[in-house]
Amino acid sequence: MNQRINSPLRASQAQAERPRSTGAVTARTSGGDRLRSWLGHHREMWHESWVRFFASPMSSGMTALVIAIALALPAALQLGLTNFQRAVAGWDGQPQISVFLHKGAKQEAVSAWTDKLRADPLVAEVTYISPEQALAEFQQASGLGDALVGMDSNPLPAVLLVRPSGSDSAALEALAERLRESALTDSVVLDMAWVQRLAQLTELGRRMSLGLAFLLALGVLLVVVNSIRLHIENRREEILVVKLVGGTDAFVRRPFLYTGLVYGLVGGLIAWLLVSVGVWLLAGPVSGLAGSYGSGFELDGPGVTYLLGLAGGAALLGLTGAWLAVARHISAIQPR
Amino acid sequence: MIQFDNVNKRYESGQDALGRVSLEIERAEMVFLTGHSGAGKSTLLKLLTAIERPTRGNVIVGGQNLNRLRNSQIPYYRRNLGIVFQNHQLLFDRSVFDNVALPLSVSGCSKREVGRRVRAALDKVGLLHKENQNPIVLSGGEQQRVGIARAVVNKPAVLVADEPTGNLDPKLSEEIMRLFRDFNAVGTTVLIASHDLELIARMRQRVLTLQQGQLIYDGYPSREPAY
Repeated sequence: MNQRINSPLRASQAQAERPRSTGAVTARTSGGDRLRSWLGHHREMWHESWVRFFASPMSSGMTALVIAIALALPAALQLGLTNFQRAVAGWDGQPQISVFLHKGAKQEAVSAWTDKLRADPLVAEVTYISPEQALAEFQQASGLGDALVGMDSNPLPAVLLVRPSGSDSAALEALAERLRESALTDSVVLDMAWVQRLAQLTELGRRMSLGLAFLLALGVLLVVVNSIRLHIENRREEILVVKLVGGTDAFVRRPFLYTGLVYGLVGGLIAWLLVSVGVWLLAGPVSGLAGSYGSGFELDGPGVTYLLGLAGGAALLGLTGAWLAVARHISAIQPR
Repeated sequence: MIQFDNVNKRYESGQDALGRVSLEIERAEMVFLTGHSGAGKSTLLKLLTAIERPTRGNVIVGGQNLNRLRNSQIPYYRRNLGIVFQNHQLLFDRSVFDNVALPLSVSGCSKREVGRRVRAALDKVGLLHKENQNPIVLSGGEQQRVGIARAVVNKPAVLVADEPTGNLDPKLSEEIMRLFRDFNAVGTTVLIASHDLELIARMRQRVLTLQQGQLIYDGYPSREPAY
């Protein structure tokens, strides 16, 4: 920025001007002054880009709205995904093997086997559920208690819930096979498929939202590039004059970069508003739905960090778009 | 101060705009550049203002060979020049003051300094009382004077003017020329391209005449410049 040429012209200028009474004319602006003025120009451009934004509220507003909508979509998807993951967080990904025992299995034999299993390095935890416990749990959870009361004997078998220490599927299959071979076992259910499906669904959603975010970010970039290109065209005269009076490319670029930044920032803020309104509209039904499943789950709205992330990311996109536009178009505008 | 050394300029279109032009202008000289349109006046000024680069030969200003100027250095070079355009190139989206202040804000002058220098320049061209107006409401002569104020606000060593009186009547032209003479009197090197031969003759200054890209006259015309 503060690159100077040590031009002999300046020196000769100094000599030429020495006899003049207005001696300060050769004054090169000092380093501190330059920095102050550089910062001042930044401040001025920041201010000016806001003034320009609101000077043509329709067109600027439209651009910002396009950016906002493009950003709100992936942002909402992302937020939904986060909420979904939070909702299912209770169901950890640990697989569990349910061993249903024969009805006639002797209590002592079951205890001995349980102890042996607990000593197995492949097994982390074994929980014994007696037929009575199973019945009580079933009555509570299913609401079919009354139907069972009418039965003269407990139809449920005893169950061993085995939690394996690892989650390697080959080892799990081997363990399940061994459990199945025991004489006490009626059947074995490897309770893992749905956990995997859930994880894969979540992953699928995550990737889709990433892909969508990428495409829409690209769209935002193009929108900004195009608006900045129009701004540059509109201020062509000014750019020419500034270049002729010794304005550096950085000086010429600055107002456009700030304009891009402002577009992004406003777009990000509106996107946040859109998502917030969406969450507010969905919060009632979601908590009702969660309530019907006996869960106290509440939708997490977009908080302050979310706002900062969205606005910051959008501002960065705006700035990048502006960079692309000025890099292409400003060097093409040269005095002729 | 300004030296052209065997300068050739051929445009990409193949048109030869200047051929083997050599000239030298001393510091604090005032020189008129004249010739028919298409004679190469504008090309010469463009080489001087680093808008174009010579095809062959050297342009040296204040000891600085413009051929060796990197593109990124051109803005800093131009800050030593004051340029006045025929169509004055004022910006109508800002006040007279802001127009004149442009070269100063570009070079990073402090606010206080900008105010002082802009007012001094406007005072010099007699438009101090119009600093807050938009240049679009000014007359042609006044607009040109704003353009001159902008060119000199940086106190450049060299002042270059391209047909500064092109659209003005003789009386206004005379005023503008008097301004240039004043700047010249305090040590600024002034180069004015003009085809107003009568006016040039009255100024009694050195005249350079171009014809078809060749320098055909360099001297002080007694009455009328040789053509």
